Amino acid sequence: MIALFIIIPLVAGLISFFVKDDKSVKGFSIVASAIVFLLTLYATSCNHTLSVSLPWLPQLNSNFSLSLDGMSKMLCVLTALSFPLVFTSTIDNHYSKPNNFYGLMFLTMAGLMGVFLANDVLLFYFFWELALIPVYFISSQYGGERRIPVTFKFFVYTFIGSLLMLVGIMYLYFQMPNKDFSIQAFYNLHLAGNQQDLVFFLFFIAFAIKMPIFPLHTWQPDAYEQSPTPTTMILSGVMVKMGLYATIRFVVPIFPEAVKHFSHLVIILSVIGILYASLIAIKQDDIKRLIAYSSIAHIGLMCAAIFSLQEIGWQGVMIQMFNHGINVIGLWIVANAIEQQTGTRKLSELGGLAIKAPVLATMFMIMTLANISLPLTNAFIGEFLMFNGLFRYNIWAAVIPLISIILVAVYSLGAMAKMFYGETTAHTENASEAGSFVNYTLAVIVMLVIVLGVYPHPILQLTQDTVNAILK
Amino acid sequence: MNAIILSAILGVIMMFCSAFVKNKKSYKVVAFIGLIILLIANIIETYSHSFFTFPLYGMLSFDRFGLYLNSLIIVSVIIYFFLSSSEIEHVGEHVAEYFALIIFSLCGIFILTSFSNLLTLFLGIEIMSIPLYILTGSQKMSLISNEASLKYFLMGSFSTGLMLMGIALIYGGTETFDIAKIVNVHGGNISFLEVTGMLLMVASLCFKVSAAPFHFWTPDVYDGAPSVFTSFMATIIKIGGFIGFIRFLSARAEQTNVDYNNTFGIDWHFIFAIIIIATLIFGNITAIFQRSVKRMLAYSSIAQAGFMLFALFSMNDVSKEGFLLYAVAYSFATIGIFAILSKMSDVTLDGYNGLAKTHPALAFANVIFLLSLAGIPLTAGFFAKYYMLSSAVEVKGYLWLVIAGVIFAAISAYYYFRVIQSMYFKEGTTEFQYEISKPFTIGVIVLAILVILVGVFPQTILNYLYF
Repeated sequence: MIALFIIIPLVAGLISFFVKDDKSVKGFSIVASAIVFLLTLYATSCNHTLSVSLPWLPQLNSNFSLSLDGMSKMLCVLTALSFPLVFTSTIDNHYSKPNNFYGLMFLTMAGLMGVFLANDVLLFYFFWELALIPVYFISSQYGGERRIPVTFKFFVYTFIGSLLMLVGIMYLYFQMPNKDFSIQAFYNLHLAGNQQDLVFFLFFIAFAIKMPIFPLHTWQPDAYEQSPTPTTMILSGVMVKMGLYATIRFVVPIFPEAVKHFSHLVIILSVIGILYASLIAIKQDDIKRLIAYSSIAHIGLMCAAIFSLQEIGWQGVMIQMFNHGINVIGLWIVANAIEQQTGTRKLSELGGLAIKAPVLATMFMIMTLANISLPLTNAFIGEFLMFNGLFRYNIWAAVIPLISIILVAVYSLGAMAKMFYGETTAHTENASEAGSFVNYTLAVIVMLVIVLGVYPHPILQLTQDTVNAILK
Repeated sequence: MNAIILSAILGVIMMFCSAFVKNKKSYKVVAFIGLIILLIANIIETYSHSFFTFPLYGMLSFDRFGLYLNSLIIVSVIIYFFLSSSEIEHVGEHVAEYFALIIFSLCGIFILTSFSNLLTLFLGIEIMSIPLYILTGSQKMSLISNEASLKYFLMGSFSTGLMLMGIALIYGGTETFDIAKIVNVHGGNISFLEVTGMLLMVASLCFKVSAAPFHFWTPDVYDGAPSVFTSFMATIIKIGGFIGFIRFLSARAEQTNVDYNNTFGIDWHFIFAIIIIATLIFGNITAIFQRSVKRMLAYSSIAQAGFMLFALFSMNDVSKEGFLLYAVAYSFATIGIFAILSKMSDVTLDGYNGLAKTHPALAFANVIFLLSLAGIPLTAGFFAKYYMLSSAVEVKGYLWLVIAGVIFAAISAYYYFRVIQSMYFKEGTTEFQYEISKPFTIGVIVLAILVILVGVFPQTILNYLYF
């Protein structure tokens, strides 16, 4: 059954390419992605690990093998939930060739699902790239003014990263006595310390670019700003999770020694990234860039918490992976709605929207509070657990990034004030409430924010087995 | 044996066609039928026996690898004729001769897949090359074409001279032409003559496959020759040259009592590592700066040769399989790109602007070919590169070479993607010199689908090597 997670988006994508009519392709996409979502929910309710294995490249000992454990379930649900939300909330956006847009989005979805499900390293690499290529085409075709160079930079960055990972995979593969691409065989490979160090970097650079971790983040704000908003939502909501997921799934279990060697280094880089991104976010005038930098800060914290190697911190990462995905998509939806209404994304040109669009303002307020990770919102519990983990690792590793919580409040509330309060400007004078589809999706997200903020237990329970299995 | 003799006969038939058959359209039909007979004959030889049984006196020996490569090459040529034969008819007056020359050149390649003697190696290389000198200069009225032809001929004969010198020195040192015997003939005592001879041979073969630092002829010749023939030279001939090279060196690798790396007291890994790095640097870096797609493809073919050289570097089972895949992936993609390019009137990057709007099917196929050349997963190029690089991972102490290889693969994505950007994201109208027919479009799409199929199931190509 779990093969359907990949097959349905793939088939839906191929069908979308041939549905030329704007309305029907949009309706079709929402229905198809909703079906996948229901399927993932159903699979999540099964208690045991689901898996599938078909022979693919017998000579290389590589199989088309997928498996669904707790962490995969959580991320598959996130992926499958994001796409219908994204499609519904941006239903009023216009594209020159909607069939290509939705077709490529579905291919991205198939790639993402594959990444989270693959139980074979070569297959994982395949899907890792498959998720990237459609995004390149979408962003270069439908993005902003500087889309071509910016998207290309994004592509080259991630492509170099994934090729380095490929070298790492080959190296590990040839260290095995009986060559096998299954993930289990990679786990059983106990390399000597100095070998681990080298291959650790081949893998980790690829994942650090994807997350992104300072100083490999430079592609990200540009790419988020220039991509069309639906793609940005997927990029920041789901795709960055690929890096975190792969770090948990591959780097920590395969290179335990190297992870201990370099945990200081990675945590220091992450903490620098958190503070640096938060400080830059304060100065941003473009909503999209502001959210992009805020996202770097959040991801940096998750990466640091992974490398603290504390169980409690990892539980925080699991919760936060899901919640950050939901929250950031919510923020983008508001940003998209405001851009559609006023035709600008500049904070300096906005103001007074709270009078014109009170519902949007309320929703955005809740989302902003979640971004600051106030108690009662879903982000609080995740950040609390992560700081707890970092605190156990080293007191300074927790105290310094705590400053960022203040900075988040500064730029989030600042942006809130500039956009929604004060005098109306030329741009916002004729603005009104966003469409009903936008409001419904925002309502769903706000509900999730509060429900998961009060009762995070389901996610904790879902991912407990993965945390235990990997951290032992 | 079937392929060699039948291709020579087919070449002669094609030549006579020009004298006796006046209808130009019928030449390609004859060539097609001939090639299909050739393919069938070669497959029969692979699975049962040869039609011809001559005493060969150790000059040629046929093995599964060589015969299978013959089949793949014939298939490539059939695809090439299908997509590009109408442009061959437009090049000049003597259409039948062009077909004949291409087929003679094929005959040379078939000798290269089966030689076991330095003299037959030399014959194969020359039979393969001489028709190309003529094809390069076939646009008689074009100065660039003439210049390219002359340049190619002069440089080619110079490298042939080097090869002859090498053969002579090796013979002087070992008293034999047999490639299996020239290794270790004195039980480990290496004479100065042999070492010099080997190095001269390697230099001259590097020239044939346009590996740095013997690549300088490539861009000018590829750029000057008519596009259809550039396509043939950049793909099938390049593969042919590599087969000769691999066979020549693998005779040493197969001697079980000899350490491949140290035959003739030379660190071959190191030499090839240097050649690979130089070829990759030159091919990739120069390709970035090209405005003309045709010239860019010339440099990219040098860069791709750099990856194929990995097969010579590591010389193990993986690299043999990898070379097969690379040959298929590279020739299919390049033939496809050139088939579209040779129909276009403007072969610069700007000429591609807006191709996606006017001809979406061609643009889509072109994207697949370019992605394959860049080595993106889901296309044949990925597994080709994967096999090549993983063959080198097996060699101890050369992980840096593999890392350099992937970095250059990423750089190569830059110039391939520029063509994609022109086609999809820039405004303009692509103008075509020749008409785009329905069968042509379908053929290109089918080729693109083949590239994807090989990319998902590479075993379908490799299985025939064993079964």
